[in-house]
Amino acid sequence: MSQDIVNVEVDGVAVQGRKGQMIIHVTDAHQAYVPRFCYHEKLSVAANCRMCLVEVEKAPKPLPACATPIAEGMKIFTKSPKALGAQKATMEFLLINHPLDCPICDQGGECELQDLAMGFGRDAARFEERKRVVKDKNIGPLVSTDMTRCIHCTRCVRFTAEIAGLQELGTMGRGEATQISTWVEQSVNHELSGNIIDLCPVGALNSKPFRYQGRSWEMTQTPMVSPHDALGSNLSGHVRRGTLMRVVPQANESVNETWISDRDRFSYEGIYASDRLLSPMVRQAGVWVTTDWESALEAAAQGLQQVIAQRGVEQVGVLSLPSATTEEAWLLSRLARTLGISNLDHRLRQQDFRDQSADPLYPGLGVEIAAMEQLSALLVVGSDLRQEAPLLAHRVRTAAIHHQTSVSFINPVAFEYLFPVASNRAVSADAMVAELASVGRAIAEATGQAVPAWLQGAPPTDGQRLIANSLCQGGRRLLLLGGLVERHPARADLRAVASVVAGLAGATLGYLPTGSNAVGASLAGVLPHREAAGEPVSAVGLNAAEMASTPLSAYVLFGGLEPGLDTASTALTGQLATADFVLAITPFASPEAIAHAHVILPIGTFAETSGTFVNVEGRWQSFVAAARLVGEARPGWKVLRVLANLLGLPGFDYESSEAVRLELQQVLGAVAHARVTSAETAYRGEWQIAGALAGNLASLPMYQVDPIVRRASALQDTLVARQAVTVY
Amino acid sequence: MSHAPVDAAVMEGAVLSEHTRHEIDAWMKKFPDGRQRSAVLAALRAAQHQNQGFLTAALMDAVADHLRLPPIQVYEVATFYSMFEVKPVGRVHVSVCTNISCMLCGSDEIVASVEKKLGIKIGESTPDGKFYLKCEEECLAACNNAPMMMIDHVYYENLTPEKAAQILDSVE
Repeated sequence: MSQDIVNVEVDGVAVQGRKGQMIIHVTDAHQAYVPRFCYHEKLSVAANCRMCLVEVEKAPKPLPACATPIAEGMKIFTKSPKALGAQKATMEFLLINHPLDCPICDQGGECELQDLAMGFGRDAARFEERKRVVKDKNIGPLVSTDMTRCIHCTRCVRFTAEIAGLQELGTMGRGEATQISTWVEQSVNHELSGNIIDLCPVGALNSKPFRYQGRSWEMTQTPMVSPHDALGSNLSGHVRRGTLMRVVPQANESVNETWISDRDRFSYEGIYASDRLLSPMVRQAGVWVTTDWESALEAAAQGLQQVIAQRGVEQVGVLSLPSATTEEAWLLSRLARTLGISNLDHRLRQQDFRDQSADPLYPGLGVEIAAMEQLSALLVVGSDLRQEAPLLAHRVRTAAIHHQTSVSFINPVAFEYLFPVASNRAVSADAMVAELASVGRAIAEATGQAVPAWLQGAPPTDGQRLIANSLCQGGRRLLLLGGLVERHPARADLRAVASVVAGLAGATLGYLPTGSNAVGASLAGVLPHREAAGEPVSAVGLNAAEMASTPLSAYVLFGGLEPGLDTASTALTGQLATADFVLAITPFASPEAIAHAHVILPIGTFAETSGTFVNVEGRWQSFVAAARLVGEARPGWKVLRVLANLLGLPGFDYESSEAVRLELQQVLGAVAHARVTSAETAYRGEWQIAGALAGNLASLPMYQVDPIVRRASALQDTLVARQAVTVY
Repeated sequence: MSHAPVDAAVMEGAVLSEHTRHEIDAWMKKFPDGRQRSAVLAALRAAQHQNQGFLTAALMDAVADHLRLPPIQVYEVATFYSMFEVKPVGRVHVSVCTNISCMLCGSDEIVASVEKKLGIKIGESTPDGKFYLKCEEECLAACNNAPMMMIDHVYYENLTPEKAAQILDSVE
């Protein structure tokens, strides 16, 4: 290692760097600031802005710090007259064609060019000639363009080519005629494209929904966690006078690095949708009446008590969105169990529950998100990964491109991936079980193991052997079951076969659940067959599908779930229509709630409540309320707490959502801190693969996953949102 | 800029002709495996030649497809180099060098003479679609015999305004 250490001097201080590092790495590591525009640590080096010029002893001219490798004995001066002179001269050139429209520019106040112009710019321009003007481009509903402001750093171009993997922007023309453009008029469609807004160091690329809505200095920033996928990307909510104005990423190398998906960035618009529920409502003689919290909660408690007294507690069903916070899930679970209700579920899109007793404690990834990059092989079964979890797809892309991970897919269609895929197998939904079984047989052949007698499947083909070979050798391997397995009519069969395959291959078996907090809901016991921490219940209640197919007398719908859109089938609507009592605890006055509920209680969305999401690797991420609640809405955990009080249930005296979380963590004990579930490598017992099963396997378009996203207008205007639901 | 009338088949330009594809394949073979993108300049030149002197988006997409490149990278190359035209222009490309040596030797008069002769300004095409008077950005490297102009890759040197007009007359 010693020969890899390079001794250099930065501004007269002797420091060490590693061989191959650029000057800017060393200066950044030792707090010697060098201004830059085009350099970004996640992107390749372009060295085209020239802002990072520094003086190096014995070099005849200033050198770009981002593109000059360090050498033994190098003496670097970042603040010498020569360095500053070069930086100021570069700044003057950059400002020649840059408009002086900072007062009307959305970037004003958070602009890298503005900041550096303060430090390195002249107070008056010497340029008196004509400035160039560049026509703005329409690149879709998410990103607005003011191309005259562009300084051609090409960060956006490099992002689309290197991170997104789909180059949608390019550098057209040359010299003074250079423009960043798609050239043919089209939108930028990649699911991570919103990140070019953050990367743009000037006001050329900005958020279109946020355009002219506010100034950066008017807003306060609050850390938030994404409610749309199981990764729990870290967000920063920008709030002005209580309203969430926009969302940007919060860096977390372990989860989302410095990126977020467009779904996380633009979904906030859905919070302020026109059908947001502003006050509690009670149906009186068939007519909706807006009322105060006290009477609404009393009506809710009475309604429930009446059904329980008259029809029995087994006539009550409780359904929660998997994006409810862990605190809400725990209170819902406690409330239901204390009342004696065991019809309780959050697995709304699941159809096949045959093997639920063999479910892991929670549907975890099996490896840490960051460790995805280090896998030697990955087999993804039943997942349109880019749509389900865009940033997990990004991790897999990094693995495939930079770590030579062998990535294969078994799906009902060959989805498009922007990285090398070893095998992208498309088989019909019905044939997925047999396909996976054949891969299992190929692994057994390759490793000289016996397959269980119940595992059928045809003799393996070459394609299946290719997957098998990659999966049974090398370092860490993962068999990941995605959303299409979760929603598959033969989920239990797929899972049984997958566990055998993982066992034979010595691979970890992981899950990618739908919703941001399926893990938290599982731990808190929002399940018909388990209490918190996976404790089995004596009398198993009805699962989500049974609650939709069996007419019950009362339903409690939590989190704004919409039958048909958030559930596997539309059958639930029919049951709601005939139920004696339906309590909807929801942020939105959805058409279903208005049509069928008897009491509607308005609650806050993820942005307006404190809480915790537990992500797919078991990471507990707590957050505080970023925005002010809309209208009379209250945080979900408070509503559940008071409802429990009115129902006369003991022990619901929480002072804060934190107290709720601490209680749950106490109940969970060691389980709460088990960050990644241990691999489930051998299937428990025999399994009988069923023949044909009822039910369809359908796609779940990216911008249809939850009620908030469905109401985000800019996202709904994208090309991606126009995809129809496909039944495979 | 005036747009030269071009027949519909050329405008579409959707498919690379067999001859063009062979030419591109020949160029691709000259580069090591995995470096087939290096043939993009030659491929665009062949495509432009096939299409009477200019490229269309469809042609560039076809080149991208043939070289397995993202289309945008082909657009980048085509818009960067001045020898590629990405808008419809006349069939015969006339470039008068106006760089320093030619300028000192009177290229302004040559330009004026050519513009008068063709009835168009620099950057325009004649209405019959025959001539395109190109805005040449670079020195054409014939300073020893300045002023000069290039007509479809053929150099005409030691020009006078009269000589330039005569040469244009002789172009088929």
